[in-house]
Amino acid sequence: MLSNTLARSIRLGVKSLLLHKLRSTLTTLGVLFGVASVIAMLAIGEGASADAQEQIRQLGSQNVILRSVKPPDNANSNQQTRVISYGLTMNDYQRVAQTYPWATSVVPVRQLIQEVRYEDQVLNPRILATTADYRDATGRPLMEGRFLSPADEENVSNVCVLGYEVARALMPLKSPLGERVKIGSEYFIVVGTLQPRVPLGDDQPDPGSQVTGEVLIPLTTGTKWYGGMQVKIRAGSREIEEVDLHEIIAQIDTPENVPIAAAASRVMLDAHHQERDYEVVVPLELLARAEETKRIFNIVLGSIAGISLLVGGIGIMNVMLATVTERTREIGIRRALGAKQRHIVLQFLVETVVLSVGGGLAGIILGLAIPWAVETYADMSTIVTPTAPLLAFGISVTIGLLFGIYPAWRAATLDPVEALRHE
Amino acid sequence: MAEIVAALEGVRRVYQMGSTEVQALAGIDVEFRQGEYWSIMGSSGSGKSTLLNLLGCIDRPTSGRYIVNGRDTDELNDDELSTLRGREIGFIFQSFNLLPQLNVLENILIPVFYQDNPRPDAEERAVMLAERMGLGDRTDHRPLELSGGQQQRVAIARALINDPPILLADEATGNLDTQTTVEILSLFDELHAEGKTILLVTHEEEVGKRAERVMHLRDGLIEGITENQPC
Repeated sequence: MLSNTLARSIRLGVKSLLLHKLRSTLTTLGVLFGVASVIAMLAIGEGASADAQEQIRQLGSQNVILRSVKPPDNANSNQQTRVISYGLTMNDYQRVAQTYPWATSVVPVRQLIQEVRYEDQVLNPRILATTADYRDATGRPLMEGRFLSPADEENVSNVCVLGYEVARALMPLKSPLGERVKIGSEYFIVVGTLQPRVPLGDDQPDPGSQVTGEVLIPLTTGTKWYGGMQVKIRAGSREIEEVDLHEIIAQIDTPENVPIAAAASRVMLDAHHQERDYEVVVPLELLARAEETKRIFNIVLGSIAGISLLVGGIGIMNVMLATVTERTREIGIRRALGAKQRHIVLQFLVETVVLSVGGGLAGIILGLAIPWAVETYADMSTIVTPTAPLLAFGISVTIGLLFGIYPAWRAATLDPVEALRHE
Repeated sequence: MAEIVAALEGVRRVYQMGSTEVQALAGIDVEFRQGEYWSIMGSSGSGKSTLLNLLGCIDRPTSGRYIVNGRDTDELNDDELSTLRGREIGFIFQSFNLLPQLNVLENILIPVFYQDNPRPDAEERAVMLAERMGLGDRTDHRPLELSGGQQQRVAIARALINDPPILLADEATGNLDTQTTVEILSLFDELHAEGKTILLVTHEEEVGKRAERVMHLRDGLIEGITENQPC
């Protein structure tokens, strides 16, 4: 019986609302945009933060990364050619590798500046000279072939692994496995390729380079052919940098030990370097920071969405109050025909809820369309969590109830005689 | 003698108009018995509208008692009074007061909707009443698609849907032409013959004469009651 009454009330409410189609439609717009913005903003925020977290995870969430940083330029820059020596040394690597009980592997990385050629293609990707542990520490999946091996290291082999982007750019039509690629002046045999990855924020290709992605060669091979010097040609001057290692990646056994290893690294580097020509990057810390940022982002989004829904709710209340006045006579008639106060409350409450739920449903559709459009046209990733539409729907029902109560109460407490006399 | 269905005992109704008090009813004592056909007449300001509102339980007396079917309305709360309105009283208004967004059948069914225990055959009864009122082929029409006479018939069907013992008609023929007035009045005669208690408020002498008894109101008091010969 109760469900029957409710079904009938809803039918009645819809009928009354359809009497004023334009007004009802306009009224729902407030809730519609409120709900749509909640869903869309959550989806975009969720997507952006998932991207950021994925990028950090690619650094290896249990890694401590030591990096060489070029110290501030204080030398006399009138010189045409100068040699700058800075950064992590092989000694640093030895110390980390030998003294960190928490490290499961320690990976040295040297970055070379060389051209990569294949047939008539010339690229300037990042060339990383490293060891077999690099793959394990960074978790980069292979696409095909194999990764660098300890044997390559020992034999100082001329082999390389190409990042997906580099392989695509050099030889788009065939498998690069077994092909000979010229790096600088030497030929290397491609033994494997890596899967593509989400581009890192600070991982922009060097100016003049067309590709992101990298080429990996054994560290010993890199040292053998290209030595420790890097020549950088700038406008008007040549700069020679001497850097032993650009990165030392220490993979730590448990997340609890990551902060300990990070602190130890800072102390160790501080003791052995006169200048601050290094930095210690801890992805775990970055992850925590990213989560904090996301939390703040969500609070801001929530406030904005809350305000827009509030405005929508007030709009509905406003219209319902006008409706109550307009339909005073109808209320009087219904009361004369036996309607109790709660019947009148129910009737008007149902109408506001129908309005807000109608707006909410349309808002959900729009809210799902916006992330889709953003993904398609702006090339940003978005994530619509299943809770977002449910949440938005729940909020719109609540708004309808909340802002419907006062007008409904006003309608129900009208004096039937006065209401009947109303023109 | 037939049972008393409604009784007013010393009923006064005073309105507060700003700082002055206006006495609309100044002490009414009257009993309405089952199956009686009354007309209530008086000039405007005589208190007949106020009396009708009290009889219809949409207003309460300032003092005095109003008893419907043995129940003192003063002891009923708003919910009980609403239920009583729906079950014991059928309202028929001058301006029909149909709801424009509902069709004929839905309008007839409104009082059923508000009863706690509606009769299970309400829908069939609504169709039956519509047919009786000559609206059998118009049940899905909206009120505005009907003539005045037809609208009043819908309103009468609506008043009858819960089979109340009392029918209250407030200038029920006031908005109708002579021909239609005659039709509606003969409908009242029929209902009277079936045993309904009919209280008809009017200021038209011709209409008033159709009733068995005519109550003349003046300045909130009963000036006199005349008995008509059954016609």
